[in-house]
Amino acid sequence: MAAGVAAWLPFARAAAIGWMPVANCPMPIAPRDHRKRHDELIILNVSGRRFQTWRTTLDRYPDTLLGSSEKQFFYDEETKEYFFDRDPDSFRSILNFYRTGKLHYPRYECISAYDEELTFFGIIPEIIGDCCYEEYKDRKRENAERLQDDQDDNKDCKLPNMTYRETMWRAFENPHTSTMALVFYYVTGFFIAISVLTNVIETVPCGATPSQKDMPCGERYTIAFFCMDTACVLIFTVEYLMRLFAAPSRYQFMRSVMSIIDVVAIFPYYIGLVMTDNEDVSGAFVTLRVFRVFRIFKFSRHSQGLRILGYTLKSCASELGFLLFSLTMAIIIFATVMFYAEKGSSSTKFTSIPASFWYTIVTMTTLGYGDMVPKTIAGKIFGSICSLSGVLVIALPVPVIVSNFSRIYHQNQRADKRRAQKVQKARLARIRIAQTGSSCTGFLQSKRNDLLNELLELTGSEEEEQQLNKGMSLLESQHHHLLHCLEKTTAHEFVDEQLYEQNCLETTIQSYTSRSPSFSSQDGPIGTCCTRRGKMNSPLPNSSLPLQPSHQQGSLQELSALHIQCGDKLPHTTSRSSLNMKTDDVGLINCKGSQITTAIISIPTAPSDTTDGGALHGPPQRRPPPPPTGPQAPSINTTASSNVIKVSAL
Amino acid sequence: MKTKNLEQSLSDSRELDGSYDQLTGDSVEDDFELSTVCHRPEGLDKLQEQTKFTKKELQVLYRGFKNECPSGVVNEETFKTIYSKFFPQGDSGAYAHFLFEAFDTNKNGSVSFEDFVIGLSIILRGTINDRLNWAFNLYDLNKDGCITKEEMMDIMKSIYDMMGKYTYPCMQDEAPREHVESFFQKMDRNNDGVVTIDEFIESCQKDENIMQSMQLFDNVI
Repeated sequence: MAAGVAAWLPFARAAAIGWMPVANCPMPIAPRDHRKRHDELIILNVSGRRFQTWRTTLDRYPDTLLGSSEKQFFYDEETKEYFFDRDPDSFRSILNFYRTGKLHYPRYECISAYDEELTFFGIIPEIIGDCCYEEYKDRKRENAERLQDDQDDNKDCKLPNMTYRETMWRAFENPHTSTMALVFYYVTGFFIAISVLTNVIETVPCGATPSQKDMPCGERYTIAFFCMDTACVLIFTVEYLMRLFAAPSRYQFMRSVMSIIDVVAIFPYYIGLVMTDNEDVSGAFVTLRVFRVFRIFKFSRHSQGLRILGYTLKSCASELGFLLFSLTMAIIIFATVMFYAEKGSSSTKFTSIPASFWYTIVTMTTLGYGDMVPKTIAGKIFGSICSLSGVLVIALPVPVIVSNFSRIYHQNQRADKRRAQKVQKARLARIRIAQTGSSCTGFLQSKRNDLLNELLELTGSEEEEQQLNKGMSLLESQHHHLLHCLEKTTAHEFVDEQLYEQNCLETTIQSYTSRSPSFSSQDGPIGTCCTRRGKMNSPLPNSSLPLQPSHQQGSLQELSALHIQCGDKLPHTTSRSSLNMKTDDVGLINCKGSQITTAIISIPTAPSDTTDGGALHGPPQRRPPPPPTGPQAPSINTTASSNVIKVSAL
Repeated sequence: MKTKNLEQSLSDSRELDGSYDQLTGDSVEDDFELSTVCHRPEGLDKLQEQTKFTKKELQVLYRGFKNECPSGVVNEETFKTIYSKFFPQGDSGAYAHFLFEAFDTNKNGSVSFEDFVIGLSIILRGTINDRLNWAFNLYDLNKDGCITKEEMMDIMKSIYDMMGKYTYPCMQDEAPREHVESFFQKMDRNNDGVVTIDEFIESCQKDENIMQSMQLFDNVI
């Protein structure tokens, strides 16, 4: 329950007055405040600075240091205050948590110091309010990464148990780990550069020889260039195979971008080797040589900036898409307009709309080659509009891309996005958990605990105080009492989801085995709450024999249902007699003890379900069960006798 | 160069950023003005005369009240929010609304501390008859002195709504109606379809359960 509204619990309990006249069963007894003490001021002395607060404020969170009895260890008898030798500045946020129910993280505070304070006072950081949670998590992550960095630097020394394969992989990924790796790194870089240069120089016309006209170097020194190419491809192939061998997950490695680039870079060479000097395919062979330029992308392993650029482009996909889309739209519009404007003029270059595309693109990007110019006046007007709008259309998305790049570049480049997504998911999960109300599950939990207590009490000793010392704070017990009253008023119970699903399933099955005759006859005098309580026993697979009120021996052959009497809570004359019955039942239960283990507890420790108003005064009536239509009906009447708890197996 | 006047451009930008509510015409900023209205209760002594609480109890109550409602008055939304924190599984909005109507004795749409504490005083420190009267006032939605079946149906439905979906046994739709029927059978002596205050008090006094439940409130504070 939110501690902030703990002060309104008396109001909520008072509001229950609306349920009383409506309820057909009496309400359960309220938990009494045995430790009735007036609210007092507590002095907390934190390193000399005195904080004061009400005792009840601290009691709101009984599982923290200040809310539990742990603070007694810090009590100073002479000064009658609690002394903590901690930082008073951090203590402010801790105390505010108790007052307002929200934990805030002050920005000026060091993250590890704050964490330590929280741990000392027994507060979990997950309950930091939304306003401060992101900041807290960010700082925490930065700190963790800083520590990780330090660790990584220390980890450069070779771990003794790494296999050869793992060493190789590490050498490939972090060239700074060993000298061999560094050498390898530089050698491959050198050869990539050589390969790219070769490709470029191949096409440069070398000087003319007397015998032939000017031809590119590649055709002049074919052998030399071929040897160079072979050498580079060999190196690349070896490198690729070594990486493939060393990769921890070969499948994943083969799918990664870098390995695809590697493959594309060396494949054309092999294809060219395989293919002979066949005229038909030599054209295709020439095309393949184009792919050799992809070798330049291998440099991205060597350059961090290149990787960031690639990553930026990927992350700005939407902006780039927008740019492309708007440009396409504008191009089509203006090309159409220019075509129709220039249609009239003779010998115009604007022969079709696709032909006008070239003009539009060149104009919008302000290139203006001048190979196509409009001649008509209309054409010129529209041409100038086109060039003006081109500037705008391109200028708008570009700053977004630029700022993206800048942001990513300045961030920590270690897959931040992936981590941020994980944090976001965890936060959403956290919020969901907090919202689904721990208090109601706490209520259900305590119902089960109470019932278990009852069972234990009856089979074991008979201490009544066991329940009270279960560690539940007074506020919680009062809240549970309130929920309990609501249950009694509406004659339904709170259950959690799984139980609800189960029951729904069973009631739909059971609806075919009609027990309605017996119920409708009972409906009138007995209130709705008791028929419902009886109905609860309907989904019994093997029904009971005629169940006399529980103190009759021998008829409790029931495997699935057990009737136990609980301790009487009503201050009536029935108490004594029911205590007698209680002892009888103890004997019964002991002999049927094995059956208890099969039971699933489904009903809270409800005191009597007597529905007649006047029944409380007289002795408990031993009403004989009416002739049942089926063997299940008696369960109603045993409820009509005194306090019974039904434990039924579902 | 003709510039748009300030209001025009302001309204245009307001349309874009969503702070302008087309329906009501006021912008979101206007709402902030209302919440700064502050209300101070009358003195502690006066309240002590009007209610049956001791000074210390009033102090504790006021501190809790002021904590949740720093402005000194509770409006219906806050009221519903606070009440719903106690019933996480169900929907307590309707019942909270009826409660609000019952506490807001001067019908001005907000519950001040005086209203709050006077209501609490009747429930927690009043005689059984006072409490029954207050309950009757709660049920009588239109305050005409008698409870009709429709009013009772609304109240019953709101109570059942608080249970939520996950109940055992599964909540049937006729459950509130059946409950209303049994209530009227018990309370309506002359079978005229309404329950008047006298019938109500008389029936309640005859019912042991109700009498006993009413005594629960003696120990709440």
